Amino acid sequence: MALQTQTKTETLVRVENLRMLYPVSTGIFARARSFIHAVDDVSFDIKRGEIFGLIGESGCGKTTTGKLLVRLITPTSGHIYLRVTQDPSTDSQGEQFVDIATLEGRALKEFRRNVQMIFQDPYESLNPRMTIFDIVSEPLSIHGIGSVYEREERVAELLSLVGLTPPESFLFRYPHELSGGQRQRVAIARAMILNPSFIVADEPTSMLDVSIRTGVMNLMLDLREEFGISYLYITHDLAVARYMCDRIAVMYLGKIVELGPTEEVIQNPLHPYTRALISAVPIPDPTVERQPIEIKGGVSKPIDPPPRCRFYERCPIATERCAQSDHPPLEDKGHGHFAACYEI
Amino acid sequence: MAYPVLQVENLTMHYTTRKGAVKAVEDVSFSLEKGEALGLVGESGCGKTSVALTLLRLLPENAQFLGGHVYFFRDGSDEAHARRAVGKPVKVLLDGQEHQGRLVGVDRSQLVLDARLNGRTQQIKLARDGIARIGVDLTALSDEEMRPIRWKGISMIFQAAMNSLNPVYKVGDQIIEAIQTHMPMPIPEARERVAQLFQLVGLDRQLMDRYPHEYSGGMKQRAVIAMALACDPDIIIADEPTTALDVIVQDKILREMRQIQKKLNMSMIYISHDIAVIAEVADKVGVMYAGGLVEFGPAEAIFKNPIHPYTKALMSAFPSIKGEKVKLAALPGEPPDLIKPPSGCRFHPRCPYATEICEREVPKFIEHKPKQHAACWNPLT
Repeated sequence: MALQTQTKTETLVRVENLRMLYPVSTGIFARARSFIHAVDDVSFDIKRGEIFGLIGESGCGKTTTGKLLVRLITPTSGHIYLRVTQDPSTDSQGEQFVDIATLEGRALKEFRRNVQMIFQDPYESLNPRMTIFDIVSEPLSIHGIGSVYEREERVAELLSLVGLTPPESFLFRYPHELSGGQRQRVAIARAMILNPSFIVADEPTSMLDVSIRTGVMNLMLDLREEFGISYLYITHDLAVARYMCDRIAVMYLGKIVELGPTEEVIQNPLHPYTRALISAVPIPDPTVERQPIEIKGGVSKPIDPPPRCRFYERCPIATERCAQSDHPPLEDKGHGHFAACYEI
Repeated sequence: MAYPVLQVENLTMHYTTRKGAVKAVEDVSFSLEKGEALGLVGESGCGKTSVALTLLRLLPENAQFLGGHVYFFRDGSDEAHARRAVGKPVKVLLDGQEHQGRLVGVDRSQLVLDARLNGRTQQIKLARDGIARIGVDLTALSDEEMRPIRWKGISMIFQAAMNSLNPVYKVGDQIIEAIQTHMPMPIPEARERVAQLFQLVGLDRQLMDRYPHEYSGGMKQRAVIAMALACDPDIIIADEPTTALDVIVQDKILREMRQIQKKLNMSMIYISHDIAVIAEVADKVGVMYAGGLVEFGPAEAIFKNPIHPYTKALMSAFPSIKGEKVKLAALPGEPPDLIKPPSGCRFHPRCPYATEICEREVPKFIEHKPKQHAACWNPLT
C-alpha cells in the first residue's frame, strides 16, 4: 500500500519546452526557409506508475512527441528529464534526473534500457524473418544480458505474462503465424523484457478488432498495476483514452491546449478545441442525443505558424486579444486542470 | 405504410483459395425498408463487405455464389423495372399481400406470374393498379441487366473511396462522367446537377473545377458521397465511409449523410466496425460474426437488450466517454478461420453460454422478440 501511494506522486519523466521543427524542403540545394512546427514548446510530467494520454487528431504532433521521448529523434530544443538509477548497485537513493534530450552514443544506449516503445501496427513492427524468441530476446542480446539459456527462460516468462500460453508453443514461430492481437502481445513482451520504467505506446490498439482490443488494453493496465510502469499512451480515440489514462493532454498543431485528470477533461472540457473534439465523439447508445459544437474548417499544417494562438482561425470564441497576443500559456484553472486559452 | 426496398434471403458465398473455400457469407437474410438506415456491424473479416459485394454482384473471380435471393423492389408503376423483371423470379406486393413466382408477362393492365400454390405451379394474373411494389431477384439478372441497377438502383461508397478519385481529372468532371454513363443528359444540365449535389454534401461549387489533390480528406469523402448520390439511387451502401477521417470531420460527415438520407427518404446500408458510429446512424442493426448474421433488429432493442451473446460481448467491449467507467470484459479467443469454421454455431468456442447443442447444430435465425431476430440456441433475455 505504501508503494501505491508513493508511485502516483513521484515524477518519473519531466518534459520541458520540448520543440521539434522539421525543415520544409524546397529543393536539393536550397536551404530550408520554412519549418513545420511539429512539437512546439511542450511541457508536461509523468508520474511513476501513471498512464499519461496524449490525444489529438492526425498531424497534431502526438507521435512526434512519443518518438522524442524514446529518443528515436533528437529534439530541436528543450529538455526531457528521466529519473534513472545511475549505478545499478545503489538503491533508490541513488536515483537522479538525467536530461536525455541530447544523449548520444553509449549513454543513449544505456538510457534505452529504461524506456521502450510499442508501435501502432503489429504487422509492420515485427521482423517477419525472426522467430518470436529472437524478437522478444533481441533487447537482451543488444545489451548483452544473460546466457542463451537464461534468455530463453526469461522470454518464456514474458510470453506467459502477456497471455501467450503455453510459451513453448510460441517461441519458435514466426510473426505471420500469429493474429494481430497475438502480435501486439509479442510487441508488449519485447517492450517489457528489460524491465523498463517507462513505455511509450503509440496507438497500440487502433489496428486491432474490438474483441481483441479489450484484452490488450486490459493487459497493459494489469502490467501497470503489477510493475508500476508508466506509459505515455498516444491515441486519437477519446473513449480509449478515458479507459486507459489517469491524466490526458490534448494537442493541437504542436501545442498542448489542455491537460488534466482524464475524467475532469472529458466531462468538463475548458478549451474550445477540446469541447468541439469531445462533442464530436459518437456514443455507443442510440438513445443519446449529442449536441455537437460546430467549428470552422479543418486541421492545417503548422508551417511557420504566426505567433498567435494556433486555434485562432477555427475558434468560435476568439477575440481581438487572441489575434494580437502570442499563443496563450498553459494555465492552471484549478485542481490540476490546465488550459491554454485567454477566453476561459 | 412501410415498404421493403430490399429483401435478402439465405445469401451464401464462398471464396475459393489454394487452402480451401473461405466460407465468407453463410445463409444471411435481412430486409431493408424505404427510408431506413441499416447498420451492418462486425469485426474485420466477418463478411460485412462481402455481403454488400454479393448483393451488388461485384464479386472477384474467385468468389463462388452458392445460393440465396436478393429482391430489389421498385414502385409497381415503374415500367422499366417491370419489363426488366420478365422471366425472372419476383415478389409482388398487392393489396398488402405478397405473391411470389416467376414473372412470365407484363402489359399495361396486368402482370402474369407463374407461382407455386399448394405445391403446384399455377399461372396467376395480377391487376397492375393495385400493385404497390415489384421486387426482382438480382441474383437472376445477367451482368448486362445488372448495370442499370448499380448507381441508379443501388450505389456504393467503397472503403477508402476517397483515394479512388482520379488525380488527373477535375472532381466535377468525374461526377459528370458517372451521370452521363447512367442517365444521358446534356453537359450543362449534368454540371448543374453536380453543383446541386455539391451543395447537398456541403462543398463549395467552385470546387468542381479543382483536382483531387487540392481537396482535404474530408472534402474528398464528401465528393465521393456526392458521386454516390449522382444518379438518385434508391439505396446507398456505405462501407466504412469515415474510418480514415479525424473525429470532428467524421462527425460532421455522418450527420450530413444522415440528414441527406432523411431528406431524400433514401434507404441506406451502413457498414462499420464501430458500434458507436452505428448507434449514431442506424435505425436497424445487423450484427455479423464469422460470415453469418447473428442478430438483427431495431437499433435501440439491440443496444439495450441484445439476444445473442456475441452482440452483448461486442457492446461490453466498447469504451464510451459517457456513463460510468467500468472495467471492460475481454472476449476470450480469436475470430475463427473461415476455411475451417467451428461446427454448429460458429461462435460456440468463445461463447460463455455455449451448451452441447451449440457445437452440434447450426442455430436457426428466428424472431426471439418482436422484430428482433437472432441465431442462438441459448438466447439472452
